[in-house]
Amino acid sequence: MNAVTGTADDVDGFVVVGASLAGLRAVESARRAGYRGRITLIGAEEHLPYDRPPLSKAFLTGPDTPVYLATEAALRDDLGVDLRLGQRVTALHPDEGVVAAGGGLVPYQRLLIATGARARTLHPLPVLPGVVTLRSLDDARAIRAALGRARRVVVVGGGFIGAEIASSARTLGASVTIVEAAPTPLVRAVGEVVGAALCVMHERYGTELRCGVQVSELIGRDHVEGVLLANGQIVPADLVVVGVGALPATGWLAGSGVELDQRDGAVVCDEYLQTSVDGVYAAGDLVRWPNAVFGSSMRLENWTSAAEQGTRAAVNALVPARRAPYASVPYFWSDWYGQRIQFVGTAQADSVVFVSGDPAADRFVALLRRGDRLVGAATLNEPSKIMKYRRFIAQDDGWAAASAFSRDGGQPVRP
Amino acid sequence: MRIVVDRARCSGIGICESLDPSHFEIGDDGALMLLSDIAAEDDDTVLEAVRSCPALALSVQPE
Ligand SMILES: Cc1cc2nc3c(=O)[nH]c(=O)nc-3n(C[C@H](O)[C@H](O)[C@H](O)COP(=O)(O)OP(=O)(O)OC[C@H]3O[C@@H](n4cnc5c(N)ncnc54)[C@H](O)[C@@H]3O)c2cc1C
Ligand code: SF4
Repeated sequence: MNAVTGTADDVDGFVVVGASLAGLRAVESARRAGYRGRITLIGAEEHLPYDRPPLSKAFLTGPDTPVYLATEAALRDDLGVDLRLGQRVTALHPDEGVVAAGGGLVPYQRLLIATGARARTLHPLPVLPGVVTLRSLDDARAIRAALGRARRVVVVGGGFIGAEIASSARTLGASVTIVEAAPTPLVRAVGEVVGAALCVMHERYGTELRCGVQVSELIGRDHVEGVLLANGQIVPADLVVVGVGALPATGWLAGSGVELDQRDGAVVCDEYLQTSVDGVYAAGDLVRWPNAVFGSSMRLENWTSAAEQGTRAAVNALVPARRAPYASVPYFWSDWYGQRIQFVGTAQADSVVFVSGDPAADRFVALLRRGDRLVGAATLNEPSKIMKYRRFIAQDDGWAAASAFSRDGGQPVRP
Repeated sequence: MRIVVDRARCSGIGICESLDPSHFEIGDDGALMLLSDIAAEDDDTVLEAVRSCPALALSVQPE
């Protein structure tokens, strides 16, 4: 098979399931890499690929204008993609080389799984009007409308998306309470010290944060009226937004032979982002893969890695000569109350040093250390600094190098 | 070759700077500054940075 040009033996071409960030980057990079075979992009949502990060931020407080990542003309005409929106793929049959969608079968030569994640719910608590989760544009539209009326909002979960929704609700003038089960929010994402430092912002901007307590019941009959906490307290609410994480959207792969992680259903990939089935690759929020930078297996839920993985997986699937492992220092950002949080690396550190600002300030740079290495860096309102630390991360003597760099005032190294 | 930034796509993430600080830098306002838009044809560091932009905002053109 001539994988780059896509010749006659390649008529079934490249099929991408999931028409969001990872899937879009995959089709874009397939064409950039010179692949000329057939490309089919199948997505369950009716919408063109759109950007999710604004959904918990500007979209909730500003106009109802989604940020689309591509136009229909760019996809169909410029990239020559057979775009099938509003079609949910229900099964994969690797032996026949087909996926099932919209009542028919779509054959593939190479397949990319990019169905992302779905919001976790408070299951087994019953569903009640006024209790919502946020993952899609349709979810965001519902929350946006509800926020226009809501006066008391409870956000369950103090993670990034929960904190962003809380901040948007505050901006709109609601009184907001975050209920977080862990003693400190964000520990897995940024570690305890940085997590606590960031949460100072909630208090500063008038959001109440209750940690170390779980929601045991949703109160209300026809519509939610509040939440009952495990400590017996009741927090009244006319809107409850549940932000307790996301799970890989991989139910449709059950029984397909594609290996899924037993814990969370993530697609288990090798360093090339290939799944346990030959010719089937995966990218984005649902991938667990061995990240050589840290020598450990990871599943990330952030924009940058979804984009990078989509790009990498398509090249690996279609252009053998350019096959390369995917290894990366993770990066993400979050915006609370108009303040920009950025993080690179991992939070698995032994100690944290604030090299500028301090935990109570509205601007800081914190470095995370493990042994002689710099493993992560967190900044608040220091957009020009964060990436200057990325290159020290996971180097053998990275800690010494990063410390010296910060003592010099964190000026860029110019050749 | 010349480095071209598609400003409509660039979101100031700065992956490019982390890979090639001699051409790319994020300023205090969070926007990307090109320190130089000229690079040698065989400058693999630039090419790596261009290929690694997650927003696909970077490309190179022959001069
Ligand atoms: C509200 C919100 C805010 C965020 N903010 C940030 C942020 O500030 N910074 C950051 O770094 N990251 C942020 N993220 C994370 C980032 O958006 C995700 O990492 C990224 O969207 C992952 O892309 P993906 O393509 O892997 O999956 P997704 O974007 O989840 O897309 C998967 C697509 O597949 C479709 N699909 C699912 N099942 C099927 C099926 N069976 N058949 C066909 N199609 C299917 C879905 O409908 C969806 O369109 C945020 C996410 C959300 C939800
Ligand atoms: S990596 Fe891409 S999006 Fe980020 S600053 Fe550089 S050019 Fe802009």
